[in-house]
Amino acid sequence: MSTIYILWLRQLKRYLRSTPRLIGSLGQPILFLVALGFGLGPVFQKAGQGNYLSFLAPGVIAQSILFTSVFNGIELIWDRQFGFLKETLVAPVSRFNIMLGRVLGGATIAMLQGTIVFFLSLLIGFRPSHLSLLPLTFVTMFCIALLFTALGTAIASSIDDFHGFQLITNFLVMPLFFLSGALFPLNNLPPFMEIITRIDPLTYGVDALRGTLIGASHFGIGFDISFLALFALFLCGVGAYLFSKVQV
Amino acid sequence: MEQSFAISVAHLRKIFGTFAAVDDISFQVEAGEIFAFLGPNGAGKSTTIKMLTTLLTPSSGRISINGYDPMTQQDNVRKSFGIVFQDPSLDDELTAYENMEFHGVLYGLDVQLRKARIKELMTIVSLWDRKDSLVKTFSGGMKRRLEIARGLLHHPKVFFLDEPTIGLDPQTRNQMWEYVKELNRKEHITVFFTTHYMEEAEKIANHIAIIDHGKIIAQGTAKELEIQTKTTSLEDAFLALTGSAIREEQASALDQLRKRHAMHRR
Repeated sequence: MSTIYILWLRQLKRYLRSTPRLIGSLGQPILFLVALGFGLGPVFQKAGQGNYLSFLAPGVIAQSILFTSVFNGIELIWDRQFGFLKETLVAPVSRFNIMLGRVLGGATIAMLQGTIVFFLSLLIGFRPSHLSLLPLTFVTMFCIALLFTALGTAIASSIDDFHGFQLITNFLVMPLFFLSGALFPLNNLPPFMEIITRIDPLTYGVDALRGTLIGASHFGIGFDISFLALFALFLCGVGAYLFSKVQV
Repeated sequence: MEQSFAISVAHLRKIFGTFAAVDDISFQVEAGEIFAFLGPNGAGKSTTIKMLTTLLTPSSGRISINGYDPMTQQDNVRKSFGIVFQDPSLDDELTAYENMEFHGVLYGLDVQLRKARIKELMTIVSLWDRKDSLVKTFSGGMKRRLEIARGLLHHPKVFFLDEPTIGLDPQTRNQMWEYVKELNRKEHITVFFTTHYMEEAEKIANHIAIIDHGKIIAQGTAKELEIQTKTTSLEDAFLALTGSAIREEQASALDQLRKRHAMHRR
Protein backbone atom coordinates (compact mmCIF):
# COMPACT_ATOMS: atom_id res chain seq x y z
CA MET A 1 0.00 0.00 0.00
CA SER A 2 2.69 2.50 1.01
CA THR A 3 4.54 1.76 -2.24
CA ILE A 4 1.49 2.65 -4.30
CA TYR A 5 0.93 5.75 -2.20
CA ILE A 6 4.46 7.12 -2.43
CA LEU A 7 4.56 6.61 -6.20
CA TRP A 8 1.16 8.26 -6.55
CA LEU A 9 2.32 11.15 -4.38
CA ARG A 10 5.46 11.59 -6.41
CA GLN A 11 3.49 11.93 -9.66
CA LEU A 12 1.21 14.49 -8.06
CA LYS A 13 4.04 16.55 -6.64
CA ARG A 14 5.77 16.66 -9.99
CA TYR A 15 2.56 17.78 -11.66
CA LEU A 16 1.68 20.48 -9.15
CA ARG A 17 5.21 21.85 -9.25
CA SER A 18 5.43 22.34 -12.97
CA THR A 19 3.11 25.31 -13.46
CA PRO A 20 4.26 25.88 -17.06
CA ARG A 21 3.21 22.37 -17.95
CA LEU A 22 -0.12 22.82 -16.22
CA ILE A 23 -0.88 26.08 -18.00
CA GLY A 24 0.52 24.85 -21.30
CA SER A 25 -1.69 21.81 -21.31
CA LEU A 26 -4.77 23.98 -20.83
CA GLY A 27 -4.03 26.06 -23.93
CA GLN A 28 -5.21 23.43 -26.38
CA PRO A 29 -8.60 22.70 -24.79
CA ILE A 30 -9.35 26.41 -24.49
CA LEU A 31 -8.45 26.90 -28.15
CA PHE A 32 -10.76 24.06 -29.18
CA LEU A 33 -13.60 25.37 -27.05
CA VAL A 34 -13.34 28.94 -28.26
CA ALA A 35 -12.33 28.48 -31.90
CA LEU A 36 -14.52 25.49 -32.69
CA GLY A 37 -17.27 26.19 -30.18
CA PHE A 38 -17.92 29.69 -31.41
CA GLY A 39 -16.59 29.23 -34.94
CA LEU A 40 -18.68 26.23 -35.90
CA GLY A 41 -21.56 27.08 -33.57
CA PRO A 42 -23.72 28.92 -36.16
CA VAL A 43 -23.37 26.15 -38.79
CA PHE A 44 -24.19 23.47 -36.23
CA GLN A 45 -27.26 25.42 -35.13
CA LYS A 46 -28.41 25.88 -38.73
CA ALA A 47 -28.11 22.14 -39.34
CA GLY A 48 -30.64 21.70 -36.59
CA GLN A 49 -28.22 20.08 -34.13
CA GLY A 50 -28.58 22.63 -31.33
CA ASN A 51 -25.85 24.36 -29.32
CA TYR A 52 -22.39 23.29 -30.51
CA LEU A 53 -20.58 24.47 -27.37
CA SER A 54 -22.74 22.14 -25.28
CA PHE A 55 -22.02 19.35 -27.69
CA LEU A 56 -18.30 20.12 -27.85
CA ALA A 57 -17.47 20.69 -24.17
CA PRO A 58 -17.68 16.99 -23.14
CA GLY A 59 -15.51 16.13 -26.13
CA VAL A 60 -12.86 18.65 -25.15
CA ILE A 61 -12.90 17.45 -21.53
CA ALA A 62 -12.28 13.94 -22.86
CA GLN A 63 -9.51 15.28 -25.09
CA SER A 64 -7.67 16.93 -22.22
CA ILE A 65 -7.88 13.73 -20.18
CA LEU A 66 -6.66 11.66 -23.12
CA PHE A 67 -3.63 13.84 -23.77
CA THR A 68 -2.65 14.18 -20.11
CA SER A 69 -3.03 10.51 -19.32
CA VAL A 70 -1.17 9.14 -22.34
CA PHE A 71 1.60 11.63 -21.66
CA ASN A 72 1.75 10.65 -17.99
CA GLY A 73 2.01 7.00 -18.91
CA ILE A 74 4.70 7.71 -21.48
CA GLU A 75 6.65 9.66 -18.84
CA LEU A 76 7.97 6.28 -17.75
CA ILE A 77 10.46 6.59 -20.63
CA TRP A 78 11.89 9.69 -18.94
CA ASP A 79 12.30 7.84 -15.66
CA ARG A 80 14.08 5.12 -17.50
CA GLN A 81 16.39 7.47 -19.41
CA PHE A 82 17.21 9.58 -16.37
CA GLY A 83 17.87 6.58 -14.19
CA PHE A 84 15.19 7.06 -11.57
CA LEU A 85 13.44 3.86 -12.60
CA LYS A 86 16.46 1.82 -11.46
CA GLU A 87 16.07 3.19 -7.96
CA THR A 88 12.52 1.84 -7.80
CA LEU A 89 13.35 -1.47 -9.47
CA VAL A 90 16.06 -2.47 -6.98
CA ALA A 91 13.78 -1.72 -4.02
CA PRO A 92 12.20 -4.65 -2.16
CA VAL A 93 8.73 -4.03 -3.56
CA SER A 94 6.75 -5.70 -6.31
CA ARG A 95 6.79 -4.29 -9.79
CA PHE A 96 3.05 -4.58 -9.91
CA ASN A 97 2.69 -2.09 -7.06
CA ILE A 98 5.18 0.26 -8.68
CA MET A 99 3.23 0.22 -11.91
CA LEU A 100 -0.09 0.58 -10.09
CA GLY A 101 1.13 3.60 -8.13
CA ARG A 102 2.36 5.24 -11.29
CA VAL A 103 -0.83 4.58 -13.20
CA LEU A 104 -3.06 5.80 -10.37
CA GLY A 105 -0.92 8.93 -10.02
CA GLY A 106 -1.10 9.63 -13.75
CA ALA A 107 -4.83 8.99 -13.80
CA THR A 108 -5.42 11.32 -10.87
CA ILE A 109 -3.54 14.09 -12.62
CA ALA A 110 -5.47 13.54 -15.85
CA MET A 111 -8.70 13.68 -13.91
CA LEU A 112 -7.67 16.94 -12.25
CA GLN A 113 -6.87 18.30 -15.67
CA GLY A 114 -10.28 17.22 -16.99
CA THR A 115 -11.95 18.87 -14.00
CA ILE A 116 -10.13 22.13 -14.66
CA VAL A 117 -11.26 22.04 -18.30
CA PHE A 118 -14.80 21.34 -17.12
CA PHE A 119 -14.76 24.52 -15.01
CA LEU A 120 -13.15 26.49 -17.82
CA SER A 121 -15.93 25.41 -20.16
CA LEU A 122 -18.44 26.70 -17.60
CA LEU A 123 -16.70 30.07 -17.75
CA ILE A 124 -16.92 30.10 -21.52
CA GLY A 125 -20.64 29.46 -21.42
CA PHE A 126 -21.17 25.70 -21.26
CA ARG A 127 -24.20 24.73 -19.15
CA PRO A 128 -24.62 21.05 -18.19
CA SER A 129 -28.25 20.05 -18.17
CA HIS A 130 -28.10 17.12 -15.74
CA LEU A 131 -26.33 18.21 -12.55
CA SER A 132 -27.66 15.15 -10.72
CA LEU A 133 -25.48 12.95 -12.92
CA LEU A 134 -22.30 14.87 -12.08
CA PRO A 135 -20.90 12.06 -9.88
CA LEU A 136 -21.17 9.76 -12.89
CA THR A 137 -19.33 12.37 -14.94
CA PHE A 138 -16.41 12.04 -12.57
CA VAL A 139 -16.58 8.26 -12.61
CA THR A 140 -16.37 8.44 -16.41
CA MET A 141 -13.48 10.86 -16.24
CA PHE A 142 -11.60 8.52 -13.94
CA CYS A 143 -12.22 5.53 -16.22
CA ILE A 144 -10.94 7.45 -19.26
CA ALA A 145 -7.91 8.62 -17.29
CA LEU A 146 -7.11 5.12 -16.02
CA LEU A 147 -7.55 3.53 -19.43
CA PHE A 148 -5.20 5.87 -21.25
CA THR A 149 -2.58 6.11 -18.50
CA ALA A 150 -2.40 2.34 -18.56
CA LEU A 151 -2.12 2.44 -22.36
CA GLY A 152 0.69 5.02 -22.15
CA THR A 153 2.50 2.93 -19.54
CA ALA A 154 2.14 -0.21 -21.63
CA ILE A 155 3.60 1.58 -24.65
CA ALA A 156 6.41 3.17 -22.63
CA SER A 157 7.31 -0.25 -21.22
CA SER A 158 7.82 -1.65 -24.69
CA ILE A 159 9.86 1.14 -26.30
CA ASP A 160 13.37 2.14 -25.39
CA ASP A 161 13.74 5.82 -26.12
CA PHE A 162 12.18 9.08 -27.20
CA HIS A 163 12.18 8.25 -30.91
CA GLY A 164 8.75 6.74 -30.68
CA PHE A 165 7.28 9.73 -28.92
CA GLN A 166 6.38 11.81 -31.98
CA LEU A 167 5.01 8.69 -33.58
CA ILE A 168 2.68 8.07 -30.67
CA THR A 169 1.40 11.64 -30.70
CA ASN A 170 0.71 11.64 -34.43
CA PHE A 171 -0.45 8.12 -35.01
CA LEU A 172 -2.17 7.28 -31.76
CA VAL A 173 -3.22 10.24 -29.64
CA MET A 174 -4.40 12.51 -32.44
CA PRO A 175 -6.42 9.81 -34.24
CA LEU A 176 -7.91 8.65 -30.93
CA PHE A 177 -9.13 12.20 -30.38
CA PHE A 178 -10.30 13.13 -33.87
CA LEU A 179 -12.04 9.81 -34.51
CA SER A 180 -13.86 9.66 -31.19
CA GLY A 181 -16.83 11.80 -32.03
CA ALA A 182 -15.50 14.48 -29.72
CA LEU A 183 -16.04 17.04 -32.47
CA PHE A 184 -18.94 15.58 -34.48
CA PRO A 185 -22.15 13.62 -33.85
CA LEU A 186 -22.06 9.85 -34.36
CA ASN A 187 -25.32 9.61 -36.32
CA ASN A 188 -25.41 9.34 -40.11
CA LEU A 189 -21.69 8.70 -40.51
CA PRO A 190 -20.37 6.98 -43.65
CA PRO A 191 -20.05 3.24 -42.88
CA PHE A 192 -16.24 3.16 -42.67
CA MET A 193 -16.27 6.09 -40.22
CA GLU A 194 -18.92 4.36 -38.20
CA ILE A 195 -16.67 1.34 -37.83
CA ILE A 196 -13.61 3.41 -36.97
CA THR A 197 -15.40 5.48 -34.34
CA ARG A 198 -16.68 2.33 -32.71
CA ILE A 199 -13.19 0.85 -32.46
CA ASP A 200 -11.84 3.99 -30.78
CA PRO A 201 -12.23 3.53 -27.00
CA LEU A 202 -12.36 7.28 -26.45
CA THR A 203 -15.69 7.29 -28.34
CA TYR A 204 -17.34 5.64 -25.34
CA GLY A 205 -15.70 8.11 -22.98
CA VAL A 206 -16.96 11.09 -24.95
CA ASP A 207 -20.36 9.46 -25.21
CA ALA A 208 -20.62 8.84 -21.47
CA LEU A 209 -19.56 12.41 -20.71
CA ARG A 210 -22.17 13.70 -23.13
CA GLY A 211 -24.74 11.41 -21.57
CA THR A 212 -24.04 12.55 -18.03
CA LEU A 213 -23.56 16.24 -18.83
CA ILE A 214 -26.11 17.05 -21.52
CA GLY A 215 -28.27 13.95 -21.54
CA ALA A 216 -27.36 12.92 -25.07
CA SER A 217 -25.75 9.50 -25.11
CA HIS A 218 -25.54 7.40 -28.25
CA PHE A 219 -24.80 4.01 -26.70
CA GLY A 220 -26.22 4.52 -23.20
CA ILE A 221 -24.25 5.59 -20.13
CA GLY A 222 -24.36 2.14 -18.55
CA PHE A 223 -22.79 0.47 -21.56
CA ASP A 224 -20.21 3.23 -21.97
CA ILE A 225 -18.99 3.14 -18.39
CA SER A 226 -18.92 -0.65 -18.18
CA PHE A 227 -16.93 -0.81 -21.40
CA LEU A 228 -14.46 1.85 -20.22
CA ALA A 229 -13.98 0.24 -16.81
CA LEU A 230 -13.42 -3.24 -18.24
CA PHE A 231 -11.09 -2.04 -20.96
CA ALA A 232 -9.17 0.07 -18.42
CA LEU A 233 -8.68 -3.00 -16.21
CA PHE A 234 -7.59 -5.04 -19.20
CA LEU A 235 -5.00 -2.41 -20.17
CA CYS A 236 -3.77 -2.22 -16.57
CA GLY A 237 -3.15 -5.96 -16.83
CA VAL A 238 -1.31 -5.58 -20.13
CA GLY A 239 0.66 -2.65 -18.70
CA ALA A 240 1.60 -4.63 -15.61
CA TYR A 241 2.78 -7.54 -17.74
CA LEU A 242 4.88 -5.37 -20.04
CA PHE A 243 6.26 -3.40 -17.10
CA SER A 244 7.33 -6.63 -15.42
CA LYS A 245 9.51 -7.30 -18.49
CA VAL A 246 11.22 -3.90 -18.48
CA GLN A 247 14.99 -4.08 -18.23
CA VAL A 248 17.17 -1.14 -17.33
CA MET B 1 31.22 -21.30 5.30
CA GLU B 2 28.94 -19.58 2.83
CA GLN B 3 27.93 -17.04 5.48
CA SER B 4 31.38 -15.52 5.84
CA PHE B 5 31.12 -14.23 2.29
CA ALA B 6 29.07 -11.13 1.63
CA ILE B 7 29.06 -11.89 -2.07
CA SER B 8 29.70 -15.26 -3.60
CA VAL B 9 29.55 -15.89 -7.35
CA ALA B 10 30.05 -19.23 -9.05
CA HIS B 11 30.22 -19.91 -12.79
CA LEU B 12 28.09 -16.88 -13.55
CA ARG B 13 27.24 -16.37 -17.19
CA LYS B 14 25.12 -13.89 -19.13
CA ILE B 15 24.58 -14.37 -22.83
CA PHE B 16 22.90 -11.82 -25.08
CA GLY B 17 22.08 -13.62 -28.32
CA THR B 18 25.40 -15.17 -29.25
CA PHE B 19 27.51 -12.72 -27.26
CA ALA B 20 28.70 -13.74 -23.81
CA ALA B 21 28.82 -10.48 -21.85
CA VAL B 22 29.80 -12.38 -18.71
CA ASP B 23 31.44 -15.72 -19.34
CA ASP B 24 31.74 -18.15 -16.46
CA ILE B 25 33.07 -15.92 -13.68
CA SER B 26 33.57 -16.95 -10.07
CA PHE B 27 34.69 -14.84 -7.13
CA GLN B 28 34.05 -14.22 -3.47
CA VAL B 29 33.93 -11.07 -1.40
CA GLU B 30 34.45 -11.47 2.32
CA ALA B 31 32.06 -9.76 4.69
CA GLY B 32 33.49 -6.42 5.80
CA GLU B 33 36.04 -5.97 3.05
CA ILE B 34 36.37 -3.42 0.28
CA PHE B 35 36.45 -5.07 -3.10
CA ALA B 36 37.31 -3.41 -6.42
CA PHE B 37 35.95 -4.81 -9.66
CA LEU B 38 38.02 -3.44 -12.50
CA GLY B 39 37.98 -3.79 -16.24
CA PRO B 40 38.03 -1.83 -19.50
CA ASN B 41 34.81 -0.47 -20.98
CA GLY B 42 32.50 -3.20 -22.13
CA ALA B 43 34.33 -5.89 -20.16
CA GLY B 44 31.19 -7.03 -18.34
CA LYS B 45 31.32 -4.98 -15.13
CA SER B 46 27.91 -3.39 -15.41
CA THR B 47 26.26 -6.61 -16.55
CA THR B 48 27.72 -8.36 -13.50
CA ILE B 49 26.49 -5.63 -11.14
CA LYS B 50 23.04 -5.81 -12.69
CA MET B 51 22.91 -9.55 -12.04
CA LEU B 52 24.14 -9.11 -8.47
CA THR B 53 21.49 -6.47 -7.81
CA THR B 54 18.48 -8.37 -9.24
CA LEU B 55 18.12 -6.13 -12.30
CA LEU B 56 19.16 -8.84 -14.73
CA THR B 57 18.58 -12.59 -14.76
CA PRO B 58 21.75 -14.67 -15.23
CA SER B 59 21.86 -17.18 -18.10
CA SER B 60 23.47 -19.64 -15.71
CA GLY B 61 25.55 -19.83 -12.56
CA ARG B 62 24.98 -19.11 -8.90
CA ILE B 63 24.98 -15.89 -6.88
CA SER B 64 24.68 -15.37 -3.16
CA ILE B 65 24.35 -11.89 -1.63
CA ASN B 66 24.46 -11.81 2.16
CA GLY B 67 23.49 -15.49 2.03
CA TYR B 68 20.48 -14.96 -0.24
CA ASP B 69 19.88 -15.94 -3.84
CA PRO B 70 18.83 -13.04 -6.12
CA MET B 71 16.73 -15.41 -8.21
CA THR B 72 14.61 -16.94 -5.48
CA GLN B 73 14.95 -14.53 -2.54
CA GLN B 74 14.74 -11.29 -4.40
CA ASP B 75 13.38 -9.09 -1.62
CA ASN B 76 15.88 -10.38 0.95
CA VAL B 77 18.68 -9.62 -1.48
CA ARG B 78 17.25 -6.18 -2.20
CA LYS B 79 17.08 -5.33 1.49
CA SER B 80 20.67 -6.49 1.91
CA PHE B 81 22.32 -4.10 -0.48
CA GLY B 82 22.48 -0.39 -1.23
CA ILE B 83 23.67 0.93 -4.54
CA VAL B 84 25.00 4.05 -6.19
CA PHE B 85 24.49 3.65 -9.91
CA GLN B 86 26.89 4.80 -12.58
CA ASP B 87 24.38 7.33 -13.95
CA PRO B 88 22.45 9.59 -11.59
CA SER B 89 19.18 8.05 -10.43
CA LEU B 90 17.56 10.83 -8.40
CA ASP B 91 14.29 12.53 -9.18
CA ASP B 92 15.34 16.05 -10.14
CA GLU B 93 11.87 17.47 -9.61
CA LEU B 94 11.77 16.38 -5.98
CA THR B 95 13.69 17.91 -3.09
CA ALA B 96 16.67 16.14 -1.55
CA TYR B 97 14.56 15.24 1.46
CA GLU B 98 11.74 13.87 -0.68
CA ASN B 99 14.17 11.65 -2.56
CA MET B 100 15.33 10.23 0.74
CA GLU B 101 11.79 9.84 1.98
CA PHE B 102 10.76 8.01 -1.19
CA HIS B 103 13.57 5.53 -0.63
CA GLY B 104 12.68 5.09 3.04
CA VAL B 105 9.06 4.31 2.24
CA LEU B 106 9.99 1.83 -0.49
CA TYR B 107 12.27 0.03 1.97
CA GLY B 108 9.54 -0.08 4.58
CA LEU B 109 11.16 2.06 7.27
CA ASP B 110 8.62 3.39 9.74
CA VAL B 111 8.16 7.14 10.10
CA GLN B 112 10.23 7.69 13.27
CA LEU B 113 13.19 5.67 12.13
CA ARG B 114 13.01 7.16 8.67
CA LYS B 115 13.08 10.73 9.91
CA ALA B 116 15.93 10.09 12.30
CA ARG B 117 18.07 8.30 9.75
CA ILE B 118 17.43 10.80 6.98
CA LYS B 119 18.60 13.60 9.24
CA GLU B 120 21.63 11.66 10.40
CA LEU B 121 22.76 10.66 6.91
CA MET B 122 22.07 14.00 5.28
CA THR B 123 24.07 15.68 8.01
CA ILE B 124 26.98 13.32 7.44
CA VAL B 125 27.09 14.12 3.70
CA SER B 126 26.66 17.84 4.54
CA LEU B 127 23.36 18.27 2.75
CA TRP B 128 21.02 18.76 5.69
CA ASP B 129 20.86 22.53 5.21
CA ARG B 130 19.88 21.97 1.59
CA LYS B 131 17.26 19.33 2.32
CA ASP B 132 14.38 21.35 0.86
CA SER B 133 16.13 22.31 -2.36
CA LEU B 134 15.08 20.63 -5.57
CA VAL B 135 17.70 18.13 -6.69
CA LYS B 136 17.91 19.80 -10.11
CA THR B 137 19.65 22.75 -8.43
CA PHE B 138 22.43 20.45 -7.12
CA SER B 139 25.93 20.08 -8.53
CA GLY B 140 27.23 16.69 -9.65
CA GLY B 141 29.11 16.24 -6.39
CA MET B 142 26.09 17.06 -4.26
CA LYS B 143 23.95 14.61 -6.21
CA ARG B 144 26.53 11.88 -5.66
CA ARG B 145 26.63 12.57 -1.93
CA LEU B 146 22.87 12.44 -1.77
CA GLU B 147 22.87 9.13 -3.64
CA ILE B 148 25.36 7.71 -1.18
CA ALA B 149 23.23 8.84 1.74
CA ARG B 150 20.16 7.39 0.09
CA GLY B 151 21.85 4.06 -0.63
CA LEU B 152 22.69 3.71 3.07
CA LEU B 153 19.31 4.72 4.44
CA HIS B 154 18.09 1.15 4.97
CA HIS B 155 21.43 0.08 6.55
CA PRO B 156 22.50 -2.38 3.87
CA LYS B 157 25.09 -5.08 4.53
CA VAL B 158 26.62 -4.68 1.07
CA PHE B 159 27.16 -1.39 -0.70
CA PHE B 160 27.61 -1.33 -4.48
CA LEU B 161 29.27 1.68 -6.04
CA ASP B 162 29.37 1.64 -9.83
CA GLU B 163 31.98 4.19 -10.92
CA PRO B 164 30.96 6.50 -8.10
CA THR B 165 33.69 9.08 -8.63
CA ILE B 166 33.15 9.66 -12.33
CA GLY B 167 32.97 13.38 -13.06
CA LEU B 168 33.84 14.44 -9.52
CA ASP B 169 36.64 16.84 -8.63
CA PRO B 170 39.54 15.49 -6.52
CA GLN B 171 38.24 17.20 -3.37
CA THR B 172 34.83 15.55 -3.59
CA ARG B 173 36.43 12.28 -4.60
CA ASN B 174 38.70 12.18 -1.58
CA GLN B 175 35.94 13.18 0.75
CA MET B 176 33.69 10.48 -0.66
CA TRP B 177 36.27 7.74 -0.23
CA GLU B 178 37.10 8.90 3.28
CA TYR B 179 33.47 8.56 4.12
CA VAL B 180 33.11 5.15 2.50
CA LYS B 181 36.22 3.86 4.28
CA GLU B 182 34.97 5.10 7.61
CA LEU B 183 31.63 3.47 7.00
CA ASN B 184 33.37 0.22 6.17
CA ARG B 185 35.50 0.42 9.31
CA LYS B 186 32.77 1.45 11.72
CA GLU B 187 29.73 -0.39 10.41
CA HIS B 188 31.53 -3.29 8.72
CA ILE B 189 29.63 -2.68 5.52
CA THR B 190 31.04 -4.66 2.63
CA VAL B 191 31.90 -2.35 -0.25
CA PHE B 192 31.95 -3.51 -3.86
CA PHE B 193 32.99 -0.84 -6.34
CA THR B 194 34.06 -0.31 -9.92
CA THR B 195 36.29 2.50 -11.13
CA HIS B 196 38.58 3.50 -13.94
CA TYR B 197 40.92 5.30 -11.55
CA MET B 198 43.51 2.68 -10.67
CA GLU B 199 45.01 4.70 -7.85
CA GLU B 200 41.61 4.64 -6.11
CA ALA B 201 41.48 0.87 -6.28
CA GLU B 202 45.10 0.59 -5.16
CA LYS B 203 44.54 2.85 -2.16
CA ILE B 204 41.17 1.66 -1.00
CA ALA B 205 40.47 -1.93 -1.99
CA ASN B 206 41.53 -4.96 0.07
CA HIS B 207 41.00 -7.22 -2.90
CA ILE B 208 40.74 -6.63 -6.61
CA ALA B 209 39.32 -8.63 -9.49
CA ILE B 210 40.01 -7.69 -13.10
CA ILE B 211 37.47 -8.66 -15.73
CA ASP B 212 37.99 -8.52 -19.48
CA HIS B 213 35.92 -9.91 -22.35
CA GLY B 214 33.50 -11.32 -19.80
CA LYS B 215 36.14 -13.36 -17.94
CA ILE B 216 37.99 -12.69 -14.72
CA ILE B 217 41.62 -12.61 -15.73
CA ALA B 218 43.25 -11.85 -12.39
CA GLN B 219 42.36 -11.64 -8.71
CA GLY B 220 44.22 -10.67 -5.58
CA THR B 221 45.55 -7.70 -3.64
CA ALA B 222 47.08 -4.79 -5.55
CA LYS B 223 50.51 -6.03 -4.46
CA GLU B 224 49.84 -9.55 -5.70
CA LEU B 225 48.70 -8.27 -9.07
CA GLU B 226 51.85 -6.19 -9.39
CA ILE B 227 54.06 -9.14 -8.52
CA GLN B 228 52.16 -11.40 -10.88
CA THR B 229 52.71 -8.99 -13.78
CA LYS B 230 56.17 -7.83 -12.68
CA THR B 231 55.05 -4.20 -12.61
CA THR B 232 55.30 -1.49 -9.98
CA SER B 233 51.82 0.02 -9.99
CA LEU B 234 48.28 -1.25 -10.31
CA GLU B 235 47.80 0.83 -13.44
CA ASP B 236 50.74 -0.89 -15.14
CA ALA B 237 49.52 -4.25 -13.92
CA PHE B 238 46.06 -3.48 -15.32
CA LEU B 239 47.50 -2.50 -18.70
CA ALA B 240 49.77 -5.54 -18.75
CA LEU B 241 46.75 -7.76 -18.15
CA THR B 242 44.20 -6.12 -20.44
CA GLY B 243 46.45 -4.69 -23.18
CA SER B 244 46.38 -1.12 -24.40
CA ALA B 245 43.82 -1.33 -27.21
CA ILE B 246 40.90 1.05 -26.75
CA ARG B 247 37.54 -0.64 -26.24
CA GLU B 248 34.26 0.16 -27.88
CA GLU B 249 31.28 0.30 -25.62
CA GLN B 250 27.67 0.65 -26.41
CA ALA B 251 26.61 4.21 -25.56
CA SER B 252 24.65 4.43 -22.34
CA ALA B 253 21.16 5.87 -22.37
CA LEU B 254 22.48 9.13 -21.03
CA ASP B 255 25.17 9.39 -23.69
CA GLN B 256 22.53 8.92 -26.34
CA LEU B 257 20.45 11.62 -24.76
CA ARG B 258 23.34 14.06 -24.68
CA LYS B 259 24.02 13.34 -28.33
CA ARG B 260 20.41 13.98 -29.22
CA HIS B 261 20.32 17.25 -27.29
CA ALA B 262 23.46 18.34 -29.04
CA MET B 263 21.86 17.52 -32.38
CA HIS B 264 18.76 19.53 -31.56
CA ARG B 265 20.78 22.52 -30.55
CA ARG B 266 22.51 22.61 -33.90
